[in-house]
Amino acid sequence: MILDGKSPTGPIEQSWDKHRFDMKLVNPSNKRKYKILVVGTGLAGASAAASLGELGYNVEAFCYQDSPRRAHSIAAQGGINAAKNYPNDGDSIYRLFYDTIKGGDFRSREADVWRLSQVSNNIIDQCVAQGVPFARDYSGYLDTRSFGGAQVSRTFYARGQTGQQLLLGAYSAISRQIKAGSVKLFPRTEMLDLVVVDGEAKAITVRDLITGEIRVHTGDAVVLCTGGYMNVFYLSTNAMGCSVTAIWKAHKKGAFFGNPCFTQIHPTCIPQAGDYQSKLTLMSESLRNDGRIWVPKKKEDCGKPANQIPEEDRDYYLERKYPSFGNLAPRDISSRAAKEQCDEGRGVGPGGRGVYLDFRDSIKRFGENVIRERYGNLFEMYERITDENGYKVPMRIYPAPHYAMGGLWVDYNLMSNLPGLFVLGEANFSVHGANRLGASALMQGLADGYFVIPYTIANYLKDTKPGKVKADNPECAKSIEDVKGSTKKLLAINGNKTVTEFIRELGTLMWNNCGMARSKESLTEAIAKIPAIREEFWKNVKVSGAGAEFNQQLENAGRTADFLEFAELICRDALHRDESCGGHFRVEHQYADGEAKRNDADYAYVAAWEFKGVDKEPELHKEPLKFENIHLAVRSYK
Amino acid sequence: MSAQTSEHKTMSVKLIVWRQKGPNEPGRFETHVAKGITEHHSFLEMLDVVNEDLIKQGKDPIAFDHDCREGICGTCSAVVNGVPHGGQKRTTLCQLHMRKFRDGDAIYLEPWRARAFPIIRDLVADRGALDKLIQAAGYVSCHTGGVPDANSIPISKPDSDYAMDAAECIGCGACVAACPNGAAMLFAGAKVSQFAALPQGQVEAPERVAAMIKTMQECGFGNCSNHYECQAVCPKDVNVKFIARLNREFHKALFKAKAGTFTPVGE
Repeated sequence: MILDGKSPTGPIEQSWDKHRFDMKLVNPSNKRKYKILVVGTGLAGASAAASLGELGYNVEAFCYQDSPRRAHSIAAQGGINAAKNYPNDGDSIYRLFYDTIKGGDFRSREADVWRLSQVSNNIIDQCVAQGVPFARDYSGYLDTRSFGGAQVSRTFYARGQTGQQLLLGAYSAISRQIKAGSVKLFPRTEMLDLVVVDGEAKAITVRDLITGEIRVHTGDAVVLCTGGYMNVFYLSTNAMGCSVTAIWKAHKKGAFFGNPCFTQIHPTCIPQAGDYQSKLTLMSESLRNDGRIWVPKKKEDCGKPANQIPEEDRDYYLERKYPSFGNLAPRDISSRAAKEQCDEGRGVGPGGRGVYLDFRDSIKRFGENVIRERYGNLFEMYERITDENGYKVPMRIYPAPHYAMGGLWVDYNLMSNLPGLFVLGEANFSVHGANRLGASALMQGLADGYFVIPYTIANYLKDTKPGKVKADNPECAKSIEDVKGSTKKLLAINGNKTVTEFIRELGTLMWNNCGMARSKESLTEAIAKIPAIREEFWKNVKVSGAGAEFNQQLENAGRTADFLEFAELICRDALHRDESCGGHFRVEHQYADGEAKRNDADYAYVAAWEFKGVDKEPELHKEPLKFENIHLAVRSYK
Repeated sequence: MSAQTSEHKTMSVKLIVWRQKGPNEPGRFETHVAKGITEHHSFLEMLDVVNEDLIKQGKDPIAFDHDCREGICGTCSAVVNGVPHGGQKRTTLCQLHMRKFRDGDAIYLEPWRARAFPIIRDLVADRGALDKLIQAAGYVSCHTGGVPDANSIPISKPDSDYAMDAAECIGCGACVAACPNGAAMLFAGAKVSQFAALPQGQVEAPERVAAMIKTMQECGFGNCSNHYECQAVCPKDVNVKFIARLNREFHKALFKAKAGTFTPVGE
């Protein structure tokens, strides 16, 4: 099937404005008749719920955390992009659009990226109005800094806690609507199924994580804002609760999964220290503004303390290989470059899996206090985890799974192929292509929630009679029975291995076979091995406790069960995409200098997969990508 | 550079941990031993080890709240040896590492204890009361869209930095758990001060502080009596000066009410 992304036609500069005008509206007095279910309350979810509530819709918002303020968006450190051109350094909406399309290695839809770039400016205005304390200069105006993949300074930030401050802004907006009664919040509630009636998404089945009650919530539209799935690698920078569950359940009910193999490995993480480790910690990419990345030139120097390696024996490989972008080369390129150095035996730290991020020169130039002011909290965090002082000895970093560019397939209106099912933020596949540029995730989450969904959802609702599906619908009853059934099944297995053992085994397999580098052999091997782990899971997992109670093991078991199915889809997608692009690096396709080799003739499309059954091959649908404004070109940061 | 040595010495610690099945069940201390722990284990990774053991033995693992494990989401919440988050300065429990303990140590582990935070299970407490405080008025009332350009209202760097110092609060609730009165004044003070310092928050400042203080009382939080325990345990070093600011803003609101330029909610 050839999919239609419903991109507006005509000049790109007018595409969003024209589309906004062309879409139908819902009369203000009719909005209150509609109920919208928003799942997830991070940047995308909280901003969507708040904006829809402000408009007058009835909103029910759900999150697995105890409060919307704890969504994983809170952990983003570095910043949020916008094309304000406040520094007068040549930025424009067109340049942000260009950088994002190029950064994503030409695998995203032009119109979506244009819209993102256009509304980015409104986001900054909105957040400032909410009282988000962005960094300012002494004249009182907003300050900016640079991020990877851009040569302008367009990243707005709030110390090293930008995600936190933006989320708290959206959280305050949703809190205001909760008080006003337009948003009803259900914390500690996890979506475990999507209910589809007559082909349309009309309800969700949830588990109350405190009482264990399983119940259905009906609405007129469902908005999934449930974040990314990088915990499929077990160790990632995601919070422990991040899962694929909500979008996977929607996928199993018919929603297509777009580009699942496009995963981002972040170059600036604290290296793994041992097998017990539960997660990896990200150090903001902004550190690369002042930190220089290097490894020893000679293998025999790798064990020496850094200060005993003279200047001429240090290889500042990013500056050497990418002179125009240097340490600010995009994430996929920097990650691969680090791996390459370590694979060649020049890595530092335990197991040789690390490269130096060195602030010596910046400290010499600006003094320790300036560096402390810019990144103090990151240095503290680094010291707590590694017991090393980054001001005195260079930090050690290594790439780690970080962000999912893939997600449910959506059209320009952010609606999936299932009418009534909208997908926002990291949970959809839309704007980042095969690689996401730094400071773009926060931008997308808030763009989708504040400035896209409030318009596009009306276009769906105008043709929908409110309250079509009630809780007594047979599909709702069936969904509750299904969820109760799988919960019971998990609790009854009483095997010998814990949930953690399974997810660790799966994660290791995924990292080794579908991580920073993939090959036909490694992917074929993973596709062969995953069903066996899945089978063993359903025979031998041990989940203690009961269903009708607070049971964290049961929560983890359900999420792991979904990862065990989803992992196979990522690998199948990675295997079929016989090219290298962005975060998807197939070792078979590289230039002589190791750069990724794209194949536009055969693969300039979105891969959207249709679920056909757990043990059956999924069906591939394609949405061809057209590049009318930015010419397809080899991506170079040299 | 301890992290660079590949061989880690292991240790065992004795955990005396609070177990409670539900809000209305009686709680008790239970003892477990964590074995094979290295200095690089975080405190929560040490608990993971204990829980894996318990699950294998067919026993209920210890329920504890956690999510980002990088010190920013504010989910983790346990009292270690009488101190919320375990007493390392500017550190959440998930960022406390076992190198701060010694082989053979006995460690007491309890949930946040405060009237406003009922216990859900073991170390998990319900901190929904903090959300209620924000819902009362912890926001600037602006609709999406229709706001002025971000640079149209300059804010001095000191004011912006002051607002950011206050905004660093992660809402973990350690301040409440550490306070002998179970007060949430550091939490509320931080939010009130953040907006009081910014032009955007000025217009509704009296309504905000009055509504938040009223809600604090309704939720069962106590009052500040200047013990400063909140500041001592705050993982983000939020300063008690924001409690003073809260009081000052409240008095300003009372004066305005007296002058008839502002009517507090419910009066």
